Amino acid sequence: MSASSPTLFLLGASHRTTPLELREKLALTDEKMAAFHGRLSGLPGLREYAVLNTCNRVEFYGVAESHEAIERLQDEFCGFQGFAPEDFARIRKHVAGPDVIRHLLEVSSGLDSQILGENEIFGQVKDAYASAQQLGTVGPILNRVFQKAFQAAKHVRTETAITEGQISVANVAVDLALTIFGDLSSARVLLVGAGDIGEKTAKAFQSRGAGSLTVASRTLGRAMELATTFGATALPFEHVAVHLGQYDIVVCSTAAPHAVIRHDDVVAGMRKRPALPLFFIDLALPRDVEPTVAEFANVFLYNLDDLAKITEENRAARAAKVDHARLIISGKAEQLWRQVEPQCGGLHPAPIAPPLKPSEQV
Amino acid sequence: MFGLTDRSWLWIAATFYLAAFVLGTAALRRERSSTGAVYLIIAIGFLCQNAGLYIRGLAVGGCPLGNTFEIFQFTAWSAMVLYLVIGPAFRLSLLGYFTSMLAATLTAGSLAIPAWDATRRVGIFGGNAWIEFHAALALFSYGVFALLALTSIMFLLRNHSLKHKNLSGSFAFLPAIRDLDLIGLRLLGAGVVLMTAALAVGSVWWLRHPETVNLSKLLTTVAIWAAYGVVLSLRITGRLIAQRLSWACVVLFVLALLSLGPVNSSRNPLPTAGLEATP
Repeated sequence: MSASSPTLFLLGASHRTTPLELREKLALTDEKMAAFHGRLSGLPGLREYAVLNTCNRVEFYGVAESHEAIERLQDEFCGFQGFAPEDFARIRKHVAGPDVIRHLLEVSSGLDSQILGENEIFGQVKDAYASAQQLGTVGPILNRVFQKAFQAAKHVRTETAITEGQISVANVAVDLALTIFGDLSSARVLLVGAGDIGEKTAKAFQSRGAGSLTVASRTLGRAMELATTFGATALPFEHVAVHLGQYDIVVCSTAAPHAVIRHDDVVAGMRKRPALPLFFIDLALPRDVEPTVAEFANVFLYNLDDLAKITEENRAARAAKVDHARLIISGKAEQLWRQVEPQCGGLHPAPIAPPLKPSEQV
Repeated sequence: MFGLTDRSWLWIAATFYLAAFVLGTAALRRERSSTGAVYLIIAIGFLCQNAGLYIRGLAVGGCPLGNTFEIFQFTAWSAMVLYLVIGPAFRLSLLGYFTSMLAATLTAGSLAIPAWDATRRVGIFGGNAWIEFHAALALFSYGVFALLALTSIMFLLRNHSLKHKNLSGSFAFLPAIRDLDLIGLRLLGAGVVLMTAALAVGSVWWLRHPETVNLSKLLTTVAIWAAYGVVLSLRITGRLIAQRLSWACVVLFVLALLSLGPVNSSRNPLPTAGLEATP
C-alpha cells in the first residue's frame, strides 16, 4: 500500500446504526439528489463516486485522493442535509479498501438488509450504479467494483438460495396459493372483512396476478370503498356463505367474535366444485373459519399461526445460509480487491464509530 | 448395433434410468432441482432402450411382446415416451424423478429375472397385423396408466404436505395440486381411450376366431378396462376426487401390472423359442 495512491472508501449510514427518525433526515429525495450531485462534482480530491440511497441506507462509495477529500464529502453532505457533523460521526460507517468491497457484496446480496435476503436491494444497487454512470461520476475502479459485485451477488443468491422462502405473512399466503393452483391468473379471490392484514394479503394476491378480487365487509360501504381501492367488486356480507363455491381463495380477517364461515357453508360450496380446490386463509382472531372444514377433500385451511410458523421457518432457513454466503463473499471480495488494489490501495480508513446503544442514540 | 445384443442395450438403458433416479435422489437430499439433468439422462436411456427393442423387434419380426420380459420393457418404454413428451410441456418437476424410478424398476427387474426371457412365444399374433396393433395399443395404455399412477403418488404427497402444513424440503419441488389433478385427468382419459381402442381392434379378431380367445386373459383385460372406465366417469361427475381418486389410480395400476404375468402365461400354448438377439 502506498500512501500516495487513491483510496477506495465507503461513507454512509444504514439501519444498522441509525434509527428511522435519523434516516428520514439523511434520506435524499430525487430533487435533493440531483442538487447534491451538482455540489459534489467540483469537490477537490474526489475522483469517483456513486450514491446508494434507499429507505434503509445512504451510502457513498468512492475513490478519494486523501482523507481530507472524504472529510470534505462528509461536511458537504451534513451541510446539505442540515445535520450536525458530530452527530453523523457517531452513526456513520466509514471503511476503506477490501472492507468496502465486502460491504458492497453483502449489501447487494441482501445480507445487510433489514429483511435478510430480500431481493429489492439488488435492483436498488444497480439503479445507483446506473445513475452514477449516467452522471459520469464512476471511473475505472468503481466500474470494476460494481460490475464484479453484481456478478458475485448473483452467484451468492444462486449458490445459497438465501432469497428463497417468503418471510411476510401475506407473501407466504400467496406462495401457498401457488402450490395449490399453480397459476393465479384465473384464481378468484374473496376478501372477507377489512382487517389490515387481510388487506395486505389481498394486495399481495393482486400484485402476483390473481384473476379477480371481491371484497365483502359487514358494512357494504366499507366493502365498496376497499373494492374501489383494489379495482375489485363488492359483495354484501350476508351473501358470502351462498357464493362461497364461486371462489378459489378466501381470505378472512373480520373482527367477528365467532366463525363467519361454517362447516355447512363449505359443504354447500364444495358441492358446486367438488374437484376444484378451495383455499381458506384465516387471518382473524378469534378465527373466522370453523377448523373442521380442513377435513374435506380439496379444502385447505391455514390460520395465522400456520402462516407465522412457515414465515419463521423460512426466516430461520435464510439465517442458516448466512455463514455460507459470507464465506463466498469473503473469497470474492479478496479476489476483487487483488485486482483493484494497485490502483486504489492508498489510505487506511479513519476509525469507525461503534454501533450506538439505544440510550446513546441521537 | 455397435456389436451389442438387445439385452446389452436394455441393460445400458436400465443403468441410465437408475442413474437419473440416483441423481434425482441426491439433488432432493440437497434440496436442489435437477429436472434438466434428469431429463437428459432419461432421454439417453430412452435412446438405448429404443436400440434394444429395435434389435429384438427385428429378430422376432414384429412388436416384441412375446414374454413377460418384453411386456415389462414395452410398458416402461411407453411411460418414457409419454414423460418425454408431456414432462416439459407441463413443467412437472419431480415427474422425471418418479418416472426414472419406475422405468429402472421395470427394466432392471425384468432383466434380472432370466426366466422371464428364457423363452418367448412365437407367432402370437398369427401373422395378423391388427392383433399386433391391438397388443401394442393395449400395452401403450398401460404406459399411460403407469404415468397416471406416478402423478397420483405425487398428488398424494402434495396433498399430504398441504394438509399437514409441511412444505419445506423435498415437498417444495412437487408441482401444484391443481396441475397434478389436471394432468391426472388427462392421462386417465387418454388411457381409457387407448385401451378402448385396443379392445375394439382386438374384438374384430376375436369375433371372427372365437376359438383363439383366452377367456381368463379377456376377462382380466376387460375388468381392468372397466375399472378405469368407472374411475374416469366417477371423476368426471365429481364423485371420486382428490386422494381417493389418487389411491384408486395407484391400486388399479398395481393390479394391472400384477395381472400381466399370469395373463401372459395363461395364453394358449404356442411354440416357444429361446432368444438373445444380435443385430
